[in-house]
Amino acid sequence: MVIETRPDAATVRDWLAEVPDPEIPVISVTDLGIVRDVGWEDDTLVVGVTPTYSGCPAVAVIELEIDAHLRAKGVESVRVERRLSPPWSTDWLTEEAREKLRGYGIAPPVDGTAGDVGSLRAVRMGGAEVAVACPRCASTKTQMVSRHGSTPCKAAYRCGDCLEPFDYFKCI
Amino acid sequence: MSADATIAPLAPARPVDDLLAAAPELRAPLVTGLCRLGDATLILGHRVSEWCGHGPALEEDIALANTALDLIGHTQMWLGLAAQVEGRGRSADDLAYHRDAMHFRNPLLVEVPNGDIGRTLMRLFLFDAWHHALLERLVSSSATEIAEIAAKALKEVHYHLDRSSDLVVRLGDGSEESHARMQAALDLLWPYTGELCFGDDTDAALAEAGILPEPGDLRSAWDATVRETLAEATLAVPEGRNDVQRGGRQGRHTEHLGYLLAEMQFLQRAYPGAEW
Repeated sequence: MVIETRPDAATVRDWLAEVPDPEIPVISVTDLGIVRDVGWEDDTLVVGVTPTYSGCPAVAVIELEIDAHLRAKGVESVRVERRLSPPWSTDWLTEEAREKLRGYGIAPPVDGTAGDVGSLRAVRMGGAEVAVACPRCASTKTQMVSRHGSTPCKAAYRCGDCLEPFDYFKCI
Repeated sequence: MSADATIAPLAPARPVDDLLAAAPELRAPLVTGLCRLGDATLILGHRVSEWCGHGPALEEDIALANTALDLIGHTQMWLGLAAQVEGRGRSADDLAYHRDAMHFRNPLLVEVPNGDIGRTLMRLFLFDAWHHALLERLVSSSATEIAEIAAKALKEVHYHLDRSSDLVVRLGDGSEESHARMQAALDLLWPYTGELCFGDDTDAALAEAGILPEPGDLRSAWDATVRETLAEATLAVPEGRNDVQRGGRQGRHTEHLGYLLAEMQFLQRAYPGAEW
């Protein structure tokens, strides 16, 4: 199927909302806030995408999936461009995305902590650790197990009440 | 370790192409300067990746792999820009896989073998303290692309420094065994650290144009972070000069780099152009 008329940016964004993140399939690339701009350059649909982490191996897969999805929608010529600036921030995760993450068992980033990654030094000096609520039982009696988790964007936590381990979507 | 240190830019940032149109003599120094950045993160990233599957605990293994991934990500950006500025049709991969040791411009510190986990973490910390101070400056570079890459990398390196300094304190101020190992690691690595803040003519030309900072200007920030953390870790700052092991940034390397490249470049050397 090849479409006759150019879809507008809002339509394209709706289509992109159907493209899941390859590592966390419960949220889409638009939920993640990595689709930065959508526009036409002559007959080519140009989509600007920003990486979450510099070395995230999912970036190439995401670009391929966006390209494939738009072609399946009938857009003949697509170009996915990488945008570096401004750098991605967890503040760009939509409210909807935060709820989806929680439902999936991943604690979403704690509001207002982007840029301040919960300094271990501050904690060592007697400061308060950022309170991350357990996505299962909502207890804030949780503890960081490791600064790094199963993907670059997550840290490993454990709940002191329900005793379950969980991932925390770390703030940057 | 403050994240909010800002340095007033010399001039509003401009794209590299505009800067070079006005000052074409900067092209060669800039390629070297960018290779110095990209080679530092590439070689350290490769070293750290050697721990993959060998970490002392699963969490540490994953943390080291993630750190390596960030560093390789930075490498793609720095060497990608180096290749673009060079303008000879090479790619970041070409620079990483098809240069010999004498053409690499990384400081010697990053090619020292990993040793035990103590030395690995101490090296990461000594590097992170410099890397963080450097990127804090680079976000105000007069070259737009450099400022943008730095802003992206700084967020990740802030995380690296926080983690590596925490582990240096825990292990330094830990058991008798861990303390002894961290002190031995520091003593071994110390003579390599001065090179990070030791400039040459290339650095001076780039600093004058506001593109990269003068390495010596990073020394006080590095020193403050390192001394504060080592004191907290109950580790003794080694006596004597720390700038005796130098030359990597000019292409004079230790024998360790050749072995590292033999492994890292094997596939592309044996099967040029091979793709996944």
